[in-house]
Order: sequence, then C-alpha cells, then structure tokens
Amino acid sequence: MIKTFAEMLSYGFLLRAVIVGLLVSLCAALLGVSLVLKRYAMIGDGLSHVGFGAMAVATALGAAPLAVAIPVCVAAAFLLLRVSENSRIKGDAAVALISTGALAVGVLVISMTSGMNMDVMNYLFGSILSMSRSDVRLSVALSAAVIALFVLLYNKVFAVTFDESFAKAVGLKTGVYNTLVAFLTAITIVLGMRMMGALLISSLIIFPALTSMRLCKRFKTVTICSAAVSVVCYLVGIVISYLFATPAGASVVIVNIAAFFLFWCLRALSTRLRAARGD
Amino acid sequence: MTILTCRDVSFSYDGNTVLSGLSFSVESGDYLCIVGENGSGKSTLIKGLLRLKAPQSGTITLCGGLRPNEIGYLPQRAETPKDFPASCYEVVLSGRIARRGIRPFYAKADRAAARESLERMGMWEQRNRCFGELSGGQQQRVLLARALCATAKMLLLDEPVAGLDPVATQELYRQIEEINRDLGITVVMVSHDVHSAVQYAGKILHLGNESFFFGTTAEYCASDIGKRFLGGCRHD
Repeated sequence: MIKTFAEMLSYGFLLRAVIVGLLVSLCAALLGVSLVLKRYAMIGDGLSHVGFGAMAVATALGAAPLAVAIPVCVAAAFLLLRVSENSRIKGDAAVALISTGALAVGVLVISMTSGMNMDVMNYLFGSILSMSRSDVRLSVALSAAVIALFVLLYNKVFAVTFDESFAKAVGLKTGVYNTLVAFLTAITIVLGMRMMGALLISSLIIFPALTSMRLCKRFKTVTICSAAVSVVCYLVGIVISYLFATPAGASVVIVNIAAFFLFWCLRALSTRLRAARGD
Repeated sequence: MTILTCRDVSFSYDGNTVLSGLSFSVESGDYLCIVGENGSGKSTLIKGLLRLKAPQSGTITLCGGLRPNEIGYLPQRAETPKDFPASCYEVVLSGRIARRGIRPFYAKADRAAARESLERMGMWEQRNRCFGELSGGQQQRVLLARALCATAKMLLLDEPVAGLDPVATQELYRQIEEINRDLGITVVMVSHDVHSAVQYAGKILHLGNESFFFGTTAEYCASDIGKRFLGGCRHD
C-alpha cells in the first residue's frame, strides 16, 4: 500500500492531484456540516453546475478557467442563498432552474467552439490530469484561507447553524455568516471541480457530514469526523483510481458511499448493543 | 431602577399597523408577563425589544446599563431535528457568543458560566447528550440555560411552556421564578397561558386589538379587560 502510494507520488500530476484533492476534501467537509444541517446542500450542487458553465465560457474565450469561474460562482452563491432564504418552498425549484440553466449555457458554448468531445467529459466527470502548477499554488492558498476562516468562525457558525433566531437576537450578523459560508463553498467547489467533475463535486460536501452524523452526536465531533472521513475517502479513492485505472472523481464518490454504509451499519450495531445491555 | 422604557411605540408591517401608542416600562427585578390575543402584536413587540425591527414611531430605550446584546432570549419553540448533532453543553455555551465579539474562541469564564447555568437548570449531568434526543421540557431547560448564559440582567422568554406537558410546565415556571427571585434577573415573558401569568408575574402587559393594559397583577385581575380575559371567552 505504502509502496503503491510512493510510486503514485513520483508522478508529478498525481502528486498535484493528491495535494489539491486533500485540501479541497478538507474544506468541503468542514463547510458541508453547516450546509447539510441548514438544508442548503442543494446550493453546493447548484454552484457546481454554474461552475461548469463558467469554465466552458472561459475556455471558449481563451481565459484562465479559475479566474472566470471563481467570481462567477461567488456571485451565484449570493444569488442562490437569497433565493433559498426568501421563498422556502420555491427555493429548491429556483436552485434547479439556475443550475440547469448554467449547464445548458455551458454545453451550448462548448458545442459551438470545440464541439462535444473529451473536454466535456472531463468537465462533467473530472480529470486527474487537470491540475497545473499554478492551479496548485492558487488552490493551496485559497484552501488555507477557507480552513483558517472556518476555524476562526467555528463558534459563530455553530450558533448560526443551530438557532438563527437566537444568534440574531444576541446581535450576530447572521446574514454575513450565511453569505460567508456560501462564498467559501463557491471557492471550494471551483477548486475541486475539474478534478472531481461538475456532476460529482457536491458529494464531497454532502457525504462526509451525513456519514459522521450516523455516529457522532456533537457538533465538534461531527466536524472533526467529517474532515477525517473526507480526507481518508479521498486518499482511498485516488489509490483505487490508480490501481484499477478508474475515473478519480467517481472512485472517490464510491468510497464515500461505502463509508456512509459502514457508519450506518456501525450505528445500527451500537443501538442493538445498547438495547441488549439495557434489557 | 428602570431598565427598559417603551414610549408611544408603534409598529407596522407593509403599511398595516400592528401596535400603536404602546407605553410601558420595566424595572430591574420585575417579572412581567405580556399576554394578549393572537395577532395583537406580541411577537412584533419582542422583535422590537431585541432591536430586530425598528418601531415606526416612538422609542424603545434600554437604560440602567442594559445593552441590546445582553438580553437573554428564549425563542419560540422550534422543532429541532432528532439527529441534529449538538450536545447540551455546546448549545448552552453558544449563549456566550455575543460576549466574545470578534474574539474567536471561548474563554474559561465562558465555560464556567455555561456550567453554572446548566447546574442551575439541573441539566449538568445531561451535558453530553444530544440536544435533539431530549424531551421537550429538557430542551426548554437547556435553552433557558443558554439564555441565562447570555445575560446577567434580563431574560426575554417567548412562549416558554408552549407544547410542554403539565409537569414540565410547572417545573419550568418554578425555575423561572427562582431565577427571578434568587438571581434578581428581570423576566419578561410572552405567554398564552394567562392563568399562570397572573399566578407568577408581578406585572401584566395586555395587548388587545384596541386597548392596552399595563399594571400590577392585582390591578389586572380587577380590571375589565383582565376579568374578561381570565374568564375565558365569556362576553358579558
């Protein structure tokens, strides 16, 4: 296992993919806890589709993909947050509208310029080859910022996630924290998108939080457990992808699903045991 | 010492006036119950007191050193999902959030305050349990502990006993009374339960659709509006 891993890291592109992937999984897992609990998980999915559209347009214009996609996704994050806050029932419909709309724009632009080819596949399902050196530098800097902000704001994020009306009453600017979380999510999604694929990236946000909620009952333990689960699943996924030549993004998602069921079984087992001891 | 004054306050939503010309004051150590029919503006008044909604006219003044973020607020009960990962201790500690300002982490004093208020509410042994798995009465005690953590002066409770069984209701009323009596913390409570209100509160503010009443509980019981409300739905 270790030998395989060392062998993998001797390839420059794999080393880059591992570095960026680990950081993105960590960021996604941290933000995911709050997003899932606030029922904003769909925002992550919507943002990845918007990111796909933005990257397609950037490629068509010959611009740097990240330079276009980050501002567009951040703007979309503000919009999606407003939409899902204002009208509870129509919110999810509006998110679907925006995400399919962006997807359509992306597909249209790609087919008009380079035609539907491998590029589209890479955007939708990810490519391990997509990380350049400058991408790595940008990803490391941005992920470090996301992690630092999350740690510094951890207590406030908890207060806002658990009970927004109380947080508002004691004078927290809840709107600012919601926007900030959406903003950080947008950045994380754009960074991870090309490797994981537009259709798969939101699983990095949703799965670790749901997985650790099977076993952990405290916000802090769920957050820490999510981070650990996410990082481990990413590493296992990428090794599987290397060994069996499977697509990286899909492999990571499959490992996440396996982890979810593992935790689910463990919980069922522990409830059984507790019930048996109680009798 | 007066800690809160409302003078000739009016609120409106989209041009519809919900409250107008309301004046009352709260003294330090008071136990004030706000009662009234549905739609009489109780929730709006709470938003006004918490500075979440500005009055259309009139003034709400906090005095005697009470700052807006020092009001310990217990929001109206919302269903917390059973699997929401939050321990009681984490919930109570989050009551100190306003005091931290821009400082990111809790200090020793915050943890001590959380412990003290959990102990006062008899929930210290349950501190590591998941909040969503507690009974309704226990959840309210934890949220009251959180409110207590946020204040040394005034609690603002929005329908604290709504949806609780009779035993839990009596227990919560008893604990609120103790907090008011032993710690000298002012209690302002919005309640539907007018009979318990006159039993526990020292002062009553009745918001009617046309008229207001503000005075001591004895005065309220003797007043026309009080008699009508306490007598249930009788019209005479």
